[in-house]
Amino acid sequence: METVSAATGDIVTTSRLVWALLVPLLGSFLVSLSGKKPNVRESFSVVSAVILFSMVLSMVSPVLAGKTFYYQLFKILPGVTVTLRADAFSMIFALVASSLWIAAAFYSMGYMRGLHEHAQTRFNTCFAIAIFGAIGVAFSDNLFTMYLFYEIVSVCTYPLVAHHQDEEAYEGAKKYIVYLTTTAKAFLLPSLALIYVMTGSLDFPYNIYTGMFPADANSALVTMLFIFCLFGFAKNGVMPFHHWLPGAMVAPTPVSALLHAVAVVKVGVFCTTRMMLYGFGVDLMGLLNLGIPTAYFVGFTIVMASVIALTKDNLKARLAYSTVSQLSYIILGVCLLTPHGITGGLIHIANHAFSKITLFFCAGAIYVATHKKNISEMGGLARTMPFTFGAFAVATLSMIGAPPVAGFVTKWELLIGTIESGSFGIILILLASTLLNVGYFAPVTYKAFFGKRPPGEVYEGIKEAPLAMVIPLCTASLISVIIGIYPNFFMNLVKAVIG
Amino acid sequence: MDFLILNEGFPLLSTIVFLPLAGALVLLFLPGENVQRIWAMAVTSVTAVISLPLYSRFDLTTAKYQFGEHVSWIPSLNINYTLGIDGISLLLVLLTTLIMPLCVLGSWTYIKTRIKEFMICLMIMETAMLGVFMALDFVLFYILWEAMLIPMYLLIGVWGGPRKIYASIKFFLYTLAGSVMLLVAIIALYLKNGSFSIPMMMGQDYSSTFQIWVFLAFFLAFAIKVPMFPFHTWLPAAHVEAPTAGSVILASILLKMGTYGFLRFCLPITPLATLTLGPYVLWMSVVAILYGGFTALAQSDMKKLIAYSSVGHMGFVTLGIFFLNKQGMEGAILQMINHGVTTGALFLCVGMMYERTHSREIADHSGIAQNLPIFVSFLTIFSLSSLAFPATNSFVGEFLVLAGAFSVNKIIAGAAIPGAILAAAYMMRLLQHVLFRGPGRPDLADLNIREIATLAPFLCFVFWIGLAPEPFLNVMHTSVEYLIQQVDVAKTAQIAMNIVP
Repeated sequence: METVSAATGDIVTTSRLVWALLVPLLGSFLVSLSGKKPNVRESFSVVSAVILFSMVLSMVSPVLAGKTFYYQLFKILPGVTVTLRADAFSMIFALVASSLWIAAAFYSMGYMRGLHEHAQTRFNTCFAIAIFGAIGVAFSDNLFTMYLFYEIVSVCTYPLVAHHQDEEAYEGAKKYIVYLTTTAKAFLLPSLALIYVMTGSLDFPYNIYTGMFPADANSALVTMLFIFCLFGFAKNGVMPFHHWLPGAMVAPTPVSALLHAVAVVKVGVFCTTRMMLYGFGVDLMGLLNLGIPTAYFVGFTIVMASVIALTKDNLKARLAYSTVSQLSYIILGVCLLTPHGITGGLIHIANHAFSKITLFFCAGAIYVATHKKNISEMGGLARTMPFTFGAFAVATLSMIGAPPVAGFVTKWELLIGTIESGSFGIILILLASTLLNVGYFAPVTYKAFFGKRPPGEVYEGIKEAPLAMVIPLCTASLISVIIGIYPNFFMNLVKAVIG
Repeated sequence: MDFLILNEGFPLLSTIVFLPLAGALVLLFLPGENVQRIWAMAVTSVTAVISLPLYSRFDLTTAKYQFGEHVSWIPSLNINYTLGIDGISLLLVLLTTLIMPLCVLGSWTYIKTRIKEFMICLMIMETAMLGVFMALDFVLFYILWEAMLIPMYLLIGVWGGPRKIYASIKFFLYTLAGSVMLLVAIIALYLKNGSFSIPMMMGQDYSSTFQIWVFLAFFLAFAIKVPMFPFHTWLPAAHVEAPTAGSVILASILLKMGTYGFLRFCLPITPLATLTLGPYVLWMSVVAILYGGFTALAQSDMKKLIAYSSVGHMGFVTLGIFFLNKQGMEGAILQMINHGVTTGALFLCVGMMYERTHSREIADHSGIAQNLPIFVSFLTIFSLSSLAFPATNSFVGEFLVLAGAFSVNKIIAGAAIPGAILAAAYMMRLLQHVLFRGPGRPDLADLNIREIATLAPFLCFVFWIGLAPEPFLNVMHTSVEYLIQQVDVAKTAQIAMNIVP
């Protein structure tokens, strides 16, 4: 593969990156000040989300035209800086996170008020800071900046996971923070120091081929660092460090939706793939044969998590394990190291986000409307909540990978990538996981639409959840369909990444 | 005297050293508690302000001692009054002068009895501590080193908690034991050199046996002060019983005397012994890091938790020093400053709560976030700094130490990593309790303006060092390079003589 340096010629230093990053931070500040007036508070959330999204959107066309935005904020040491960068790879994640923040801001308004939750100001403040962290990760120019924002996301989502402040919430939150900080300190901190010792810098290059390491780098050490980075960014949910994710499902559903289907887990996957493509580079990964073995390794997570999902009756738990499984698709695609494989992996960042947030939104809407958490209690419920379950059905099709929904594009690219790479064992993994996806999603939809009501249930007085919830969830599922039929918007960004 | 750049004109160092002492003398005659407080505040603040030119006029290009003052003191024994600072001591001097006014401010209402005596102790303490960092003559150094003991003993013994007598005597005995060994080493060196000048003792051709004995004597004295495991047991007792200002001085400045001693004496005077025994010190540091971390994790008393975390943090400092490379050593010096800032601030935070609740138990403060948002914000940031969160001061120091460590010995460096995990664990545990668990304390008032003003400067330094550490690292480059060169010269000479294989 030839090294393409299309982006390197056109680096624009601009402070608009900083402004984009400051929007959620300022938003969180205003939200925390306006706690006594819920309507003002929620409008701050929504307005910041809209501003952030439009700022990110305005950067798309220059980035597609080959520009890379760049801004250095602080210089810590020679080669260690806090620097922002927006390239095509950043834009994929920044667009997903910022657009879904708008949906989630509306949705959480409906959810939190519908259930009369406590500490809504703290909730909304931390929510906005988490978005700040996610956008920061997307805009990271180097490993240090990425690590900084990664840790910010860990710390400020803790209050969200522990929101209910009962024993169950503390247990889940404790597990969450222990897993995330321990892996970060144990694997990322030494990696940062070692890479700095080896290369004298933590800056990512501007293409996915060359990587950060010198040609004469000790291959055993690089392999070790590769493994460290795979496990260190434990937000990616790769087994065996995935336990925090189901544990964190004690959080209110909007948190699960945005953070544990989009922001937090995608931060993990984004960091992992950024490190693989830009840190190690496709060339070095190919040379040291790190790609295919890693693909098989995460393939285990894909299959195993799906099997576990089959056994869960709690809807959110099933979705959580589905997330664990789907996240590894992204890593698997990138590890194939072929253009189609990388495309399939990266585009799944967007595809999975829109579909999975729909599923979580639906789970929350069902809970608000009926206070039901278990799949076995939802028989025939679709007749009273048609919009919610309609959106749910569409999103499950995406998870399964059926056309015309977004997930199909992923599966298609991944299959081509697998054939390109010649590792046919991976095809078996993809097939098995598709069957398992059908196995754990189809019954939910089937029962809701065609199943019998559980004995004694009359569903009296149950109707659709508030509009503030139904509209976002329908919108998200609609987007899943749109990017399934017209995948070009994200596809162009992915192509710009591959060069 | 080619090691010293004499100061022309105004004797800045002597002024800085003796101003607090003069202030203490005047304070003897001042009536009224508020007058005494304000006077102490004024004197320490003026000292802080006049110490700032040390930074602005500091020459970055030379490793010689600057602002030098040299007066003959006891000519028959060749004892001189020599002061001077280099890139290693400059930041420690500034840390001392800047932290003292905050100690006074933090004790404003905490100390309710014998205010005059308390402030006098603080000011005598300041003179002694500044002198230790500036002295270039061993007799002067030793006198000031010992002079620190008495006011500190009184600070713990008079204004301390329930077990103050036990704690102060333990502190006194431990430190004194170390000092005696230091005295032996000093006399041995004097007999070899015929001079007490510290720079003149460096780079001499002592036999390796002699160096090892001198190193061990130094090491005991300084390792107790740091304190390194297993010489640390005086520290938690002293911290828990000491009043807030005493804890802050102990943690922020006194502990640094030990690591400063390693840098100033062990490395340049006994380089061969440093090379031979250094690896053992590295492993001792790792043990200290892990031991401090595990023990901190088990504490229910906030002051004890921070005290044990100090053992771990200072382990990182000694680790950085004895890897004998530039990154590690600069990281270690920066980490000395960072620990002073962060741990000092944490002790002030605990002291502020103690004033309100008369308890240091974590359980008595659970859930206070809803009642004291300002306090909890400060506590959160200082705790994150303590666990080396990126973009805070400690991260830069720890990162440099680790970078220095990984470039020399990956096994020892890797062995220290669990210490970083433990730091996150015990700080997160503290935060979880304070922020969330429990019913909260509606009866408590949030921080007042004075308390915010006490903590705000620490906050500035947390982020200043965390985001733009260059002004702090710049001053130490030349001196650190020279120090490493001093060790390397000895190493090469010995390799040439086939003594070191």
